[in-house]
Order: sequence, then structure tokens, then C-alpha cells
Amino acid sequence: MSFYLAVKEIWRSRGRYLLIAGIVALITTLVLFIAALSEGLASANREYIEKLNGELLVFQSGAELSTTASRLGRSRLAELRRVEGIADVGQVGFATAKVPQGDGQSDVNVALIGVEPGRPGDPEVIEGQQLVRARSNDVVVDTGVTDRLGLGVGDTIRIKVTQGTEDKFFDLNIVGVTDRRQYFFQPAIFVPFVTWDKIRPQSSDAIGQGELVSNIAVVKLTDPSNLTAMATKIEQEVTKVQAVDRKTAWEAIPGYAAQQSTLNTQRYFTFFIGILVVGGFFQIQTLQKVAQIGMLKAIGASNFTVGLSAILQIVTTNAIGVAIGTAGTILLVSNFPESVPIMLTGASASTAVLSLLLIGPIGGIVSVFALLRIEPLTALGLAQ
Amino acid sequence: MIALEALNVTKVYGTGVNAVTAVNDVSFGIRRGEFVALVGPSGSGKTTMLAMLAGLLRPTHGQIVIAGQDVSKMSEAKRTRFRGQYIGFSFQANNLVPFLNALENVELMLRLNGKLNRANKQRASDLLERLGLGDRLKNKPGQLSGGQQQRVAIARALIHEPEVVLADEPTASLDSERAHQVVRTFAELIHEQNRAGIMVTHDLRMCKYVDRVIQMSDGQISRIIADRADILRLAGMAEAADGPMPSTNGKATLAGEPVVLRGI
Repeated sequence: MSFYLAVKEIWRSRGRYLLIAGIVALITTLVLFIAALSEGLASANREYIEKLNGELLVFQSGAELSTTASRLGRSRLAELRRVEGIADVGQVGFATAKVPQGDGQSDVNVALIGVEPGRPGDPEVIEGQQLVRARSNDVVVDTGVTDRLGLGVGDTIRIKVTQGTEDKFFDLNIVGVTDRRQYFFQPAIFVPFVTWDKIRPQSSDAIGQGELVSNIAVVKLTDPSNLTAMATKIEQEVTKVQAVDRKTAWEAIPGYAAQQSTLNTQRYFTFFIGILVVGGFFQIQTLQKVAQIGMLKAIGASNFTVGLSAILQIVTTNAIGVAIGTAGTILLVSNFPESVPIMLTGASASTAVLSLLLIGPIGGIVSVFALLRIEPLTALGLAQ
Repeated sequence: MIALEALNVTKVYGTGVNAVTAVNDVSFGIRRGEFVALVGPSGSGKTTMLAMLAGLLRPTHGQIVIAGQDVSKMSEAKRTRFRGQYIGFSFQANNLVPFLNALENVELMLRLNGKLNRANKQRASDLLERLGLGDRLKNKPGQLSGGQQQRVAIARALIHEPEVVLADEPTASLDSERAHQVVRTFAELIHEQNRAGIMVTHDLRMCKYVDRVIQMSDGQISRIIADRADILRLAGMAEAADGPMPSTNGKATLAGEPVVLRGI
């Protein structure tokens, strides 16, 4: 009976219900788009760190987990390798370089990441070969580089860096390609650490001076199950370092937390607006149906029948809207250019869709209670 | 056989100094196959009485017995089920579900009672045909006139074979010709199907179709007219006095004088 009444009303008043489903679809598109943008921006920021083949990242203490402020020398690395429970340690250095495009086009910024071949931090290739030699011009690039610059294994990539006051150009041989590992919104080039130290941007005083200094060290543990205890142990046994897990490290990337909280606030507000809009629609509809509901109750329809019918209508309309909105968003996102940081992952999309499916029931709950309170006496023009 | 019985029924709205007695110690019974008009001026308590007879309102004192069951003692949920099974309704307005067509509106009572089968669907269709709506089965209420809507409501009130059929001002929004047509058909069906029917009306002209008139005044029964000649006289007076317009004060008048009725 409830199902019959719900379906008949939706079908016979489909224009009205399609309108609210359309509004839900637009809200769904907005929420999913913000979720995709949030995921895309987060991923573009943290991809390299997220995919690191080590469990802990070691920073210089006092650097506040900033990869650019942190400095770790070889001596610190030697101390790290002596800590019991550490399987391997790799030095990683971060810098930015430009890839000139010629023909008046602007240079493409890339993350120039120095890694020790075969050690934690060195990415696994999906094509070509791994970095092998510590001193060479061989590089591995991520698919961000191959997609944007149209280069592949066997090609040479020319980068421009500023050393002292001069722009210097270096030609590097691409020997392998790894999956997307952007860092700070830039496609990544992985260079043997010794080479990186020579070609990275630096002041004239620093060129060729002192020991090899990395920004961070990536630590692979023999037993990855006890991260907190190992981090504490490292901080106790190695001078002036701070050890954190990958998540803590990427959350400390400048702007990451602020950006995510801004986008999440937008998402929650859109969700809240959705609840108000859907709730308002069904509340108005309930007010318009007082006489009809009173009559139905008078002729013997129970509160359960009337309430369930309303819930079915709310859930169905909402689900149709969410389905249309989700399909539309997938279509929209798949047609965005590669350069736009939009990423609709299964996890973030399904969380958003599940929460959107709750918009209707949460918004409509007030109208369902209002329906239950309508007295059958209203059919006779009486109310207690 | 008594189908409905009101025993010393009283309804008081409010409490203390705000208490208003809408119905005061009213008793009467209605037999199967009998059609009764409940008349009276506005505020006489007839709609409150109808609401209590329908199980929509619980009396403050007294009993309402339908098909041997005391409706006034039932819980809210039980009364709702009881209404669906034992009572048929026709209201003054908002009678039909707007998104269902005429046939679906009638079938609604069968659905509510779990009696929707091929044979009963045919009965619903036949009943509407009988009421002159054979070509309107698929029309929605918005596509029907007021009279047609009332006839659909009458079909819905009778289709599930209830013990009692209640009608609240069924002619309020109809012109004179349609009003006669609707009430005449209603009366015929009540007699044919051996139901107990009660009609609350302001329009005394419609009394000519009923078997008994119960007149209420100030919450009490002021007259009961059972004599056929008196009933026809009352209706005739009202017709003569009011012409095409229904009387609204519950007392038929002739040349400004109240009609004195016998058979109280």
C-alpha cells in the first residue's frame, strides 16, 4: 500500500519530483566535484610521499617537518643506519627545476628529487629500468612528465636551474618511467642523489662545498607494525632529528591542511544546504497535503502506511537525484584536461555518495513527523 | 438488526472554565438498511457526533457500538483499522486522492483491506458504471466535476461492504440538480446493499431520500422524525422555502414561520 501510494504519486507528479531530483543532482555534482578537487589537490601535493617505499620519514628537529628547511648530513645518516630495527635508509633531496619548452611557450616546472639508487625513496619503475649508478645523468621520470612533455624512455630531458646568478642547463637521460608521483603540484624527475647535489639550484657559495646534505631520510623498518615506538627510538638515539610516519609528513606540507580544511568546509556547507533544500521541499509538500493525508487516515490508512509512503518518496527522489548527479560528475571529471587537479577516487566518491544519500532522509525527517501528526479529524474540517 | 448504536454519548471540549459541551447525553440506534439524516444548525453538535460515530473522536462519556464492538474503548491504531474495515466515508471536500484516477480511488479501500482481486476490481468498475461514471474511470479528480467526485466518493464508501456509511455534507458544493442525483443514488445503494447510512446535512430538501431525520440542537437531539409523511413534508417545505438554494439554519420555514413537526 505504502509503495503503491509512493510510486503512483511520484509517477503522476513526475514533473515536481524530477525538479527536486534535479536539485539533488546539482548538489551531488557540487559535492562530488569539491571532493574530486580536494582529492586531486591533496594527491598533487602528497603523491610522492604517499607512495614512498619506507615507513618513516626523518627530518631535522626544529625544521617543523618542512622538507625545504630540514637538513640531514651523511653523519646523521650513518647514525640512523646503526639504530636497531631499521632495515635501510635513503637520502632524499627536494628542489625545483624548469624544463624549457621553446617556441615562446612557458617553461614547465618540475620537482627535482634526489634519491639513492636502490634505497628507500627510489621509486619503482613501470617502464624502462631503475636508477643504478650513483654518479650519472640517468633519471627516472613520473608519468606526469611523460604525459605533459611527451617524453619517454631513451629520450633526453633538458632542465634549467639557477646556480649562483646563472641559469644552467643540464641534459639528463630518461632510463625509466614510474607511475604518477607528483610533489607539490609538480611532475617529478628522480635523479641519483650525487648528481642531484650537483645540478640542483643553489647559491654560488654552496656549489661543490661540504658533505652531501639531504632534506630528509626515508627509513624502511624491519617490523613496520610498531611505527610510534620506532619513531621515538630514532629520536632518542639519533641527534636532533624528528621521525614521523608518511601521513604526518604530508599533512605538514605547507598549505596542505589549510587547503583541505577549506575544501572540506565547502563540502560540509553544500551538504548542509542540500539538507535544508530537500527538507524545505518535502515540508512544503506535506503542508499542501494535510487535507489529503487527513482523509487517508480517516478512511483507515495507518500512520505506518502514510509515513512509510513518505519515506519511500524521499529516498527514491533523493536516490534518483544522486544517481543523475554522480553520472554527470563522472562524465564531467573524465573530460577535464590532465593539468586540472581533479581526482575522483572510489573511496572519496563512495563516501560522498553515501553521505549524499542521507540528505533526503535527514532533510525529510521533519516532514515525516509532520505527516504523522496530522489528525484524521481534519477530513471533517475538525481538529482537536 | 442494529448496526450502529450511540449510548449516552457526551463530548466535552476543553477543561475547567473553558469546557464546552458539544454533544450532551445523546442516544440513538440505526438499523441495517436504514438511511438517517443528522440535521441541525451550525454548532448544534452534528459534526462532532459524526466524528464520534466514525471513531475519529473519542467521546468524553458514553459508548459508540458498531457491529457489536465498542469503538470508544479502542486504541488509536485499532480504531484506524476498524474504520478501514467497518466504515465507509464520503466527505464534504478533499474526498479523493488527487493523483489516483476514479477507479483507483475506489480500489483504494480494497487495497487498504487486502481485498483487491480480479472480482472486486470488476465490482469497483461496475459500481462506478452504475453511478454514471463508466466513461470516467481513468479520469483523475481534477478532471471530474464536483458531482462526479462525490459519486466516486460514494462508490469508495461502499465498495468494501462496510457496516456503516457516513456522509458529511455530501451536497455542500453541488447545485440543486446534482445534489438530488447524488443523494438519491446514495440512498438507493444503502437500501440495496443493506448498509446503515448516516448523512450530516444542512440541506433539508435532501431529507426526502432518508428513512429518519435526527435533528440536533445545542448538543442534544431536539427531534426525531420517522414518519414518512412528516419527512416528505419537511423536505417539501424546505424545497418551497429555499427553492434551488439549500436551507442553512436547519429549520425549514414557510412564509417566515418555522415548520412544526410531528412524530418527535
